[in-house]
Amino acid sequence: MKLGVLFSGGKDSTLALHMAAEKEEVACLITLLSKNPESYMFHTPNINVTSLQAEALGLPLVSKFTEGKKEEELADLENAIKEAKQKFKLDGIVTGAVESVYQASRVQRICNRLDLWSFNPLWKHDQKALLDTLVAKGFRVIISGIFAYPLDKTWLGKQIDTQLIARLVELQRQYGISPSGEGGEIETTVLDAPMFKKRLEILQSDTSAKGNSGVYIIKEARLVPK
Amino acid sequence: MILVVDMNWKRDSLAAAEFVAPIVTAVEPHERCEVKHFSDLQPAHLNDYSKIILSGTALKDHATLQQPQRFEWIKTCSQPVLGICAGMQTLSLVYGAQLSLCLQVGMIEIITLAPTPLFEGIFHAYALHNFSVEPADNFEVLAQSTKCIQAIKHKQKDLYGVLFHPEVRNQNILERFVKL
Repeated sequence: MKLGVLFSGGKDSTLALHMAAEKEEVACLITLLSKNPESYMFHTPNINVTSLQAEALGLPLVSKFTEGKKEEELADLENAIKEAKQKFKLDGIVTGAVESVYQASRVQRICNRLDLWSFNPLWKHDQKALLDTLVAKGFRVIISGIFAYPLDKTWLGKQIDTQLIARLVELQRQYGISPSGEGGEIETTVLDAPMFKKRLEILQSDTSAKGNSGVYIIKEARLVPK
Repeated sequence: MILVVDMNWKRDSLAAAEFVAPIVTAVEPHERCEVKHFSDLQPAHLNDYSKIILSGTALKDHATLQQPQRFEWIKTCSQPVLGICAGMQTLSLVYGAQLSLCLQVGMIEIITLAPTPLFEGIFHAYALHNFSVEPADNFEVLAQSTKCIQAIKHKQKDLYGVLFHPEVRNQNILERFVKL
C-alpha cells in the first residue's frame, strides 16, 4: 500500500511516519503551509523547515499554501491530498492525530471522498508513552511553541528528554495540561529521527514570547551528516 | 481473560494501532486481554476466554464483511460477544441481516431505545462507518442516531453490537461489558 503522510515536521506526524514506514510504503509527505498562526488544523511554527526535513528523509514533499481560514483550509488540504494521490498513486493517508476528533474526522471525510484509506497510528495512545517512545528511539525534538499557563519562554528551544518529560507530567498533574500538547499547549519541531539520513543543524533562531505564549523560530538551518 | 479480535484486513496491519490497541487500553485495567487476528481464530480455543470483543476497522476495510462465514462460531459460542462497528456489521451478517448505507464520521448523538446494562439515556459517541444494519428478527435495537441504528442485542444471547466506537470517548461502555 502506498501512503502519503500529512507532515508538519512536529513530533506526532514524524512518529506516525515512522510507524507507517514499518508496515507499508511511504511515498510522499504532504504539508499545508498555513498563513494563520492559530490554524485549527495545521501545526504552524517552523512549518517552512519541512522541506529540509523531507530532504533529510529522502522523501518527496507536496506542500501547499493555505490562508488558514477554518473551512477553506480543509478545501486546500483536500486539493493537496488529491494532487499527491494522482502524482504518487497513493492508496491512503497517514496522520499524527492522537486525541483530536476534530482533526481526525475531517481527514477521514476527505479520504472517504477521495477513495483513500485513512490511518491514525497514534490514535488514543498514552501521551507520556508517546514522548517516552520518541526519546527511546533517538528522536531529537525541540519545543518550538508554547501556548498555555504556566509554560514560559524558558521552555522554547528545549530538547525533549526524560527530564523534560517528567516536568511536563508534573505540569499535567498540577495544571491539567496535556503532556504531549494535544490541547495545543506546545508545538514541536523534529531535528533528527531514525529515518533521517542527515540531521538538521540550526544556524540562526529567534525567540518571541509574551507571557505564556511564544514561538521559537528557526530562521536558518542546514543538513549535516549524522 | 478477554479476547479482542483484530478485524482489520490483515494480520499486524497499520490499522491495528488505531482500532485494536485503544480497546486493549480501555479493557486492561479491568481484565487481561489477548489479541488475535480473525484469520488466526481457532473455535476450539474460544473457551479459554470469558468474553469476546470484535474490533472496528478502517472505513475502507470490508474484509470481514466479505467473509462472514469465518464467524459462524459466534452462533455456538457461550460467552458474551461485543462487536464494534465492523464487528457489529459482521455479527449481523452472520445472522442473515442486511447492511444499509449510512455514512457518519465524528461525534454523533446516540439515543437509547431499550434498557441495557451497557449504557442509558442520550449520549455522544465517535462514529466512523459507511454502513448500518437492518437487523435479523432475533435481534432487538438498543440505540439509534438521527440517521441509523447504532446498537443491537440478540434477543436470547449476550451478543451485542455497537456501531459507534466506545474506545474513543465512551470507554465506560467497554468496562460495563467486561463486568457483565
